[in-house]
Amino acid sequence: MLNISTKTPTGGFSFENTRRNAVLEANLSEKGYSAPNARKTGTTIAGLIFKDGVILGADTRATDDMVVADKNCMKIHYISLSETFFTLPGVAADADVTTQMMSSNVELHSLSTGRPPLVAMVTRQLKQMLFRYQGHIGSSLIVGGVDVNGPQLYSIYPHGSYDKLPFLTMGSGAASAISVFEDRYKPNMELEEAKQLVRDAITAGIFCDLGSGSNVDLCVITDKTVDYLRGYDQPVQKGMRGGTYRYKPGTTAVLTKTVTPLPLDVVDESVQVMDTE
Amino acid sequence: MNTRGLRSQLKDSVPVTGLCPQAGPYGVQDSLRRGFSSVKNELLPSHPLELSEKNFQLNQDKMNFNTLRNIQGLHAPLKLQMEYRAARQIQRLPFLPSSNLALDTLRGTDDTIGFEDILNDPVLSEVMGDPHIMTEYKLGVL
Repeated sequence: MLNISTKTPTGGFSFENTRRNAVLEANLSEKGYSAPNARKTGTTIAGLIFKDGVILGADTRATDDMVVADKNCMKIHYISLSETFFTLPGVAADADVTTQMMSSNVELHSLSTGRPPLVAMVTRQLKQMLFRYQGHIGSSLIVGGVDVNGPQLYSIYPHGSYDKLPFLTMGSGAASAISVFEDRYKPNMELEEAKQLVRDAITAGIFCDLGSGSNVDLCVITDKTVDYLRGYDQPVQKGMRGGTYRYKPGTTAVLTKTVTPLPLDVVDESVQVMDTE
Repeated sequence: MNTRGLRSQLKDSVPVTGLCPQAGPYGVQDSLRRGFSSVKNELLPSHPLELSEKNFQLNQDKMNFNTLRNIQGLHAPLKLQMEYRAARQIQRLPFLPSSNLALDTLRGTDDTIGFEDILNDPVLSEVMGDPHIMTEYKLGVL
């Protein structure tokens, strides 16, 4: 179909449907229905700087209002070989697209400058993009990594503000996790002690917050290695049933029984081989 | 380069032709796609980001040129704008999508990926402008 306009088309967001959506939502709410919500990932995420690098930890539950949408989702995403970042509470789709775009941008930038990427560079690009969209992209993140300036940890909020701190938590379970950190954090901890601390902080979030649950994922980043420990701890196992809850055959008395045979003829038989490779 | 300051230079004004003219492809008001027409619809933005996104590139360039002028003197933005103007003229026919490679290189967007590259890529657009109308508009005989 030809478009009789003289403007050259540009890319990016198109706001053509916003009016139509507003009218639709108004009509729906008159009848008592509501439009579907975007899926969020209420969460507990924590990061801390230890002696040799950065440890990031996350829970693995994605919620859809009051229902658990995913029991084991991955919230820690790779940006580049020396850094990783988490995506957090906020709309899951926004988080995914943001991480993918940032990952590409970091790679392009480091190819263009010829140097390994800096954590500060990722943070700056993220916060500029989030500020440009004034918080409508609902993803807050923690960026952690080790570069030539040492281990660094930044947190970025959906409107574009950021913090640089030695330990951080975000998400709906942030209050529970930060209390554990505030109590036991010391600068320059050893690896095992730091892993235990992050695990405890995330577990506090899992137990004390409804939006977080399932397992604890950890990611240990040093200047030489990135160790992604998926399912590091599973504090919440599915409970085992105490007894059997099946009825014995013969529990229900049979009063009457009617048998109606259905005569069927085989008309056609075809065999489809399944590809079981 | 995202520079702060110089807020007074930003303009979020709506041009006189309006935001979303109710006319559809054939010049008649298009109720199915745009809803009932009203003066408010044409003048006010439907989404808070609509205006700022429409003018984003212009505002960025304006801020950057102003900063450059303050730092390096008038010649710097003049020279750059001359180069932009030259690069902007390297286009294919008006109704075909141009790569704008020289313009992208000057702007520095050839090694970044943003939403304008992922979403609504004009290369993958399903509708095309009418060749005759667009060429006539470009040549000024419309």
